[in-house]
Amino acid sequence: MSTEHLRQNQIVAKREIAPKTYWYDLYHPKIARKRQAGQFVVIRVHEGGERVPLTLVGSDPDRGTVTLIFQAVGHSTMELARLEVGDALLDMAGPLGRPTHIENHGTACVIGGGYGTAPVLPIAEALRGAGNRLIGIIGARTRGLVILEKELGSLCDRLEVATDDGSYGRKGFVTDALAALIAEGTDIRFVLAVGPTPMMRAVSELTRQYGIPTMVSLNPIMVDGTGMCGGCRVEVDGQTKFACVDGPEFDGHLVNFDLLMKRQGAYRAEERQIAENYEHCRIAGVLDA
Amino acid sequence: MSEVHPSKQPRQPMPEQPPAERVTNFNEVPLGYTPEQAMAEAARCLQCKNPRCVTGCPVAVDIPGFIGLTKEGQFVEAARKIMETNVLPAVCGRVCPQETQCEILCVLARRGEPVAIGRLERFVADYEREHGPRETVPPVPATGKRVAIVGSGPAGLTCAADLARRGHSVTVFEALHELGGVLVYGIPEFRLPKRILKAEVERLRDLGVDLQTSAVIGKLDTIEELLGPEGFDAVFVATGAGLPKFMDIPGENLLGVYSANEFLTRSNLMRAYEFGKADTPIARGKRVMVIGGGNVAMDAARTAKRLGAERVILAYRRSREEMPARAEEIHHAEEEGIEFHLLTLPVKLVGDEQGRLVGAVLRKMELGEPDESGRRRPLEIPGSDYESPVDVVVVAIGAGANPLIKDTTPGLEVNKWGYIVADKATGATSIPGVYAGGDIVTGSATVIEAMGAGRTAAAAIHLYLTGEAPERDGAS
Ligand SMILES: Cc1cc2nc3c(=O)[nH]c(=O)nc-3n(C[C@H](O)[C@H](O)[C@H](O)COP(=O)(O)OP(=O)(O)OC[C@H]3O[C@@H](n4cnc5c(N)ncnc54)[C@H](O)[C@@H]3O)c2cc1C
Ligand code: SF4
Ligand code: FES
Repeated sequence: MSTEHLRQNQIVAKREIAPKTYWYDLYHPKIARKRQAGQFVVIRVHEGGERVPLTLVGSDPDRGTVTLIFQAVGHSTMELARLEVGDALLDMAGPLGRPTHIENHGTACVIGGGYGTAPVLPIAEALRGAGNRLIGIIGARTRGLVILEKELGSLCDRLEVATDDGSYGRKGFVTDALAALIAEGTDIRFVLAVGPTPMMRAVSELTRQYGIPTMVSLNPIMVDGTGMCGGCRVEVDGQTKFACVDGPEFDGHLVNFDLLMKRQGAYRAEERQIAENYEHCRIAGVLDA
Repeated sequence: MSEVHPSKQPRQPMPEQPPAERVTNFNEVPLGYTPEQAMAEAARCLQCKNPRCVTGCPVAVDIPGFIGLTKEGQFVEAARKIMETNVLPAVCGRVCPQETQCEILCVLARRGEPVAIGRLERFVADYEREHGPRETVPPVPATGKRVAIVGSGPAGLTCAADLARRGHSVTVFEALHELGGVLVYGIPEFRLPKRILKAEVERLRDLGVDLQTSAVIGKLDTIEELLGPEGFDAVFVATGAGLPKFMDIPGENLLGVYSANEFLTRSNLMRAYEFGKADTPIARGKRVMVIGGGNVAMDAARTAKRLGAERVILAYRRSREEMPARAEEIHHAEEEGIEFHLLTLPVKLVGDEQGRLVGAVLRKMELGEPDESGRRRPLEIPGSDYESPVDVVVVAIGAGANPLIKDTTPGLEVNKWGYIVADKATGATSIPGVYAGGDIVTGSATVIEAMGAGRTAAAAIHLYLTGEAPERDGAS
C-alpha cells in the first residue's frame, strides 16, 4: 500500500473488536520504527482535550503504522472513538516509558484482564521472540468482552480464558486459572499481568506465595508523560517513582496498589461533570441545527 | 530654562486591575501604558553615551536606541530595534526581572527611580503586534547546514531565530504539544497571556524555522541519531530544568498534593482554569498551602486564589528577606490576600480514609548563622509543631534536571546534579557539534539568561558550521 498521501497521526484502520473497544492503526512512521514492547504514547484528540496515555500494542514499520487499542469509557476515550478512518489525532508523542525487560525465563505466563489484554500482546510477542515457552491467560467479565484471543493465542503455547460469569472458558477470575496452572505443576518462572488494578493486585498476591517474579504495568493518571509533572507518582518498595519514566512496568510484589487505586480516582467527580457537559452540548447542538 | 528635565519627573505608574477584581479572573494584571504615558516615560531617559543599562542585558538590547524611538512616537520602529537582538520582546517586557538586570544599572536609579525599561519594552512590543505591518524577513543565502534545537523554551527559540537569520536550516523539537517551554506550561495567563506568546513564536515560522511539537528527543530520536541518520550538522540542547522536586515528607502522595509543575501545567498548558471548555481537571481547594518562596510559588499561590480558594497560605522556611521571588510578584501576591507563613516548615501531610489531603503539620523555624549562600540558615524550633487544615498543597521548592537526554546520550558530560556541562563562552559540551544552554546547564534561572545562552550558542554554532566568526552583537 502506498503511504505517501497519509498525514502523521491519521487513522488508517478502525475496528470495534468488542463493545466500546476499538482497534486503531495510525500513521506515524517514526514511532512505528522505534517502539518497543511495554511503551506507550500520549495523545490528544482535539484542541482543549486531555493528554491521554495509551499503550503501543503493535506496529508495522513497513506501512509506518502503530496500533492502539482502547475502551471508550471516559470522556476523552469517547471523543477518540468518535473519529473515523481518515481523521487524524491532534497530537501523538512517543514512544514513552521504559521498554519491558525481556529475557528467556523458561516458562512465562502473560495475563490480560479486560482490555488490559491489549498491552499484553506486544510483551507476549517479545517474550516469545526471546525463546520463552509462553502461557497466556485472558480474563473478562463475559464472553463478548474477551478480546485478542486469536492474536494472543497464536503467540502462546497454551491459552486459558476465564470469564466471571462462565459464559466462555473457565468460570472465575484469571487468578483461578493461574492457581490451577500452578497446582498442575506448571513451572512458571515469570508472570506479567496487565489489567484493572484489583486484578493486578490479586495476581501479585498469588504469585508472591509461590515466589514467582511478577511484573505489572501501572496506569496512574498522567499529564505530560515525560517526567516533568510528577502527577503519575506511584509507590514501589516504599519509594516514590514516576510511572511514565521509571515504568510503566514495576515489580508487582513491591507496588502499593492501595495508593494507586486511590490516586486513580482523584478526578472522578470532574470526569462525571465533563461527560455530562458534553452530553448537554451535543443535545443542544442537535436542537440548534 | 526653568523647565525641569523629564528625568526629574517621577516614573509613570503602571495601570493595573484592582486586586479584588483580578482574583476572580485570569486576565493580565498590569494593563499596559497608554501611548502618552510611554512617550512621557521614554522622555525621562538621558540617552547615555555609554549606557550602563545595556551591560545588564544578557542579549544586549539597544535600550537607549529603542527608548529614543519611543519618545518620538515611533513605536513600531522601537519594537523592531529590540527584535534585532530579542525575539520575544512582549514576553520579556512582562516577565524579565528588569529591577535586577537593566533598570538597577540605569543612571537614574542612583538618585531616584530608573527609567521603566521593561514597561516600555512591553508597550512597544504590544503596539507593534497590534498595529505594525507584518515584518518581512529579508532572505539570506542558505548555508546548507542543518541544526536541531531540542526544547522550545526561551533558550531554544532564541538560538533557532539567530541561526535561521544566518541562513541555516533549523528544526525545533519540542516534547509537549505547545511551544514555549516554561512560558507556556509554567507562567500563568495573568502574567503572560498565551496569545501574546503565540504571536511571538509565530515570528520564528516567518524566519523559516521548522517547529515540531510532540517530539521527545531521546525517545523518538536520540542526539546521536540526529547527528547521524537524521542528517543534522549540530544540535543545541535546551531542555530546561523540568524535573519536579518534592519535600520527601510523609503524606506527599495524598490526593490533593501537587508539584508546582503539575499544578501549573494543568492550569496553564491544559487550561484547567477553563474546565468545561477544556477537559483537564484540577483540584480546586478551599484552603490551599503552597510550599516555597520563589516566583514559582507566587505563581502557584495566585493561581490557586483564582481557582476559587478561600484561603491561600504560603509556607516558607526562611524569612521575607531571603525570599527569592521578584519584589513585584511578592507585592502582587500580598495584594491578592495570599497569607505568608514565614519561618514555617511543613513536616508532614495528613490524609483521611480515602487518601485525601486534610491537613499539614507545620514546624516553626528561627534563623541561625549564615550558610554557604550567605543567607541565614533556618533552624527548627523543637516542640513548635502545629496542624493546619488544608485540602490542596502545591510543592514549589525548585526543579532539577530531567535525565532523559543524559541517559540517552553516551559521552555527554553532566555535573553531579545532572546538569549538562557546557562552556560558558560558547555553550559547547563534551561532544563535538552538541551545544547546550538555559536551565539544563545553569539550573533554574531566568527567561533572559536562557535567551542569552541561546544567543551565545548560536554564535558558536555558526562559527563551528561555517568557520566564520559572527559579527559582534546582533545576528541581523
Ligand atoms: C512557574 C515559573 C515561573 C517563572 N517566572 C519567571 C519570570 O517571571 N521571569 C523569569 O525571567 N523567569 C521565570 N522563570 C524561569 C524561566 O522560565 C526559566 O529560567 C526559562 O524558561 C528557562 O528556559 P529554557 O529555554 O532553558 O527551558 P524551558 O523553558 O524549561 O524549556 C525547555 C523545553 O524543552 C522541552 N524538552 C525537555 N526535554 C525534551 C526532550 N527530551 N525533547 C524535546 N523537548 C524537550 C520541554 O518540554 C520545554 O518545553 C519561571 C519559571 C517557572 C517554572
Ligand atoms: S542607563 Fe537609564 S538613562 Fe541611561 S540610557 Fe539606559 S535607560 Fe536611559
Ligand atoms: S505524567 Fe508527568 S511526570 Fe509522569
